[in-house]
Amino acid sequence: MKFEDEPVPGYPLPILPGHTSPGRFERVLRAGGFAVTTELAPPDSADPEDVYKRARVFDGYVDAINATDGSGANCHMSSIAVCALLTRVGYAPIMQISCRDKNRIAIQGDVLGGAAMGVCNMLCLTGDGVQAGDHPQAKPVFDLDCVSLLEIARELRDQHRFQSGRKITFAPRVFFGAAENPSALPHDWRAQRLAKKVAAGAQFIQTQYCYDLTRLRAFMEQVESLELIGKVFVLVGVGPLRSAKTAEWMRKNVPGMNVPDALITRLAGAQDQAREGRNICIELIESIREIRGVSGVHIMAYRQEESVAEIVDRSRVLKGRKPWYPERDAPIVSHRTAS
Amino acid sequence: MYSIRLWSVRHARGMNAFYRVFEGVVRRLHGLFLAIGYERVERPVAAVETAVKGLLFDCRMCGQCVLSSTGMSCPMNCPKTLRNGPCGGVRADGNCEVKPHMRCVWVEAYRGSQRIPGGVEAMRQIQFAVDQRQQGRSSWLRVVRELNAERMPTPPAKSGAA
Repeated sequence: MKFEDEPVPGYPLPILPGHTSPGRFERVLRAGGFAVTTELAPPDSADPEDVYKRARVFDGYVDAINATDGSGANCHMSSIAVCALLTRVGYAPIMQISCRDKNRIAIQGDVLGGAAMGVCNMLCLTGDGVQAGDHPQAKPVFDLDCVSLLEIARELRDQHRFQSGRKITFAPRVFFGAAENPSALPHDWRAQRLAKKVAAGAQFIQTQYCYDLTRLRAFMEQVESLELIGKVFVLVGVGPLRSAKTAEWMRKNVPGMNVPDALITRLAGAQDQAREGRNICIELIESIREIRGVSGVHIMAYRQEESVAEIVDRSRVLKGRKPWYPERDAPIVSHRTAS
Repeated sequence: MYSIRLWSVRHARGMNAFYRVFEGVVRRLHGLFLAIGYERVERPVAAVETAVKGLLFDCRMCGQCVLSSTGMSCPMNCPKTLRNGPCGGVRADGNCEVKPHMRCVWVEAYRGSQRIPGGVEAMRQIQFAVDQRQQGRSSWLRVVRELNAERMPTPPAKSGAA
């Protein structure tokens, strides 16, 4: 879909009734579109061009780009800085906030700062433990957990006050999200945990990789029975597996990752494993979009970001829709000026 | 101790029942605590609480006990000190992402809460962010004070302690 008042980079959109942010991502979801988001791996560099290069790969294929916050507890450019760079040229980033590295003073400051720089979407996460990353000697903070973070963030936006009760003069207009992992134990509790996050203020959910469709369907049925459909937009996490070996490695080393044996066998038997991995991802998307209550997919393609375009194209998940990107309407503009 | 902690979760129902009785007894001591002064009894009571709950639950004395809402599994033993449920990193065997040899505190909590009447509903309540100033202080005294101040216009305790 296309909105007639699509952005001049750096200028917020008008906030529609029932919306909380001036962003495109919330608009796509609330208009009933099937959204596609992806993840940008922040560079180990201080060069802004490194961020733009990584974002351009997704041009025309995604509605929003997650900027990870030290994912896997590895050190990279900060999420808030990546988001600030992206909003300068009009991209719609989702700023990830992890509770691992900052206390509530720093996090509330970042919510205000991010919103001031035009970030319209924020994803509240607990964060991976420091043992998973390249600085296992670091001090884990975890002053908040994702639920208390959501609650504090929502108070900032709706009650116009810090957790301390002190008033703020201009509230951050942000669409808040959270994560969930339908495959992790205890299975029965996962949907209830999602309910808790929604009660605390989550408006959208991006899940961990879901390769086990049976589990995902059971999870979504529970979500439905808790009457959460319509209260929260669920985007299911998918991604191409590069090879049987990487799948094995991820299953072992990525926290909360579950890859069924059948998929690994299928990958191992393929001639071009990377292509087979993309095929699996496309098939998953085709099945996932049929599940009731799912509002989109979150494609995580770490170190194979260029495959997102192919996956989106071949799965036809956007149904011909072309999400906005900085140069999208440039030819139309030049045509108008010529006439 | 780890094995006793797991035992306590297995006996969550009994633990909870015992605590309900204990709470009823202790709350009657409000007058005595007032007479001596709450600040004066703080240290000895906190010492007893540390010893008892340390043994049974590996209690970390956060000062805002929520054991009744977490199936008698102390959430402060979670390496991420999560108070609202498990993270997404729980291993396929139900062990912790950070400490692979430890049972996930929240997988245990869910089991324990199923043994307590109303336990799962209690686990659904949102726990607010911990007040770090309460670290090391007695939850028992706080609960007694709050129960006795119920008629006063102070906010009630978010959930039962243990």
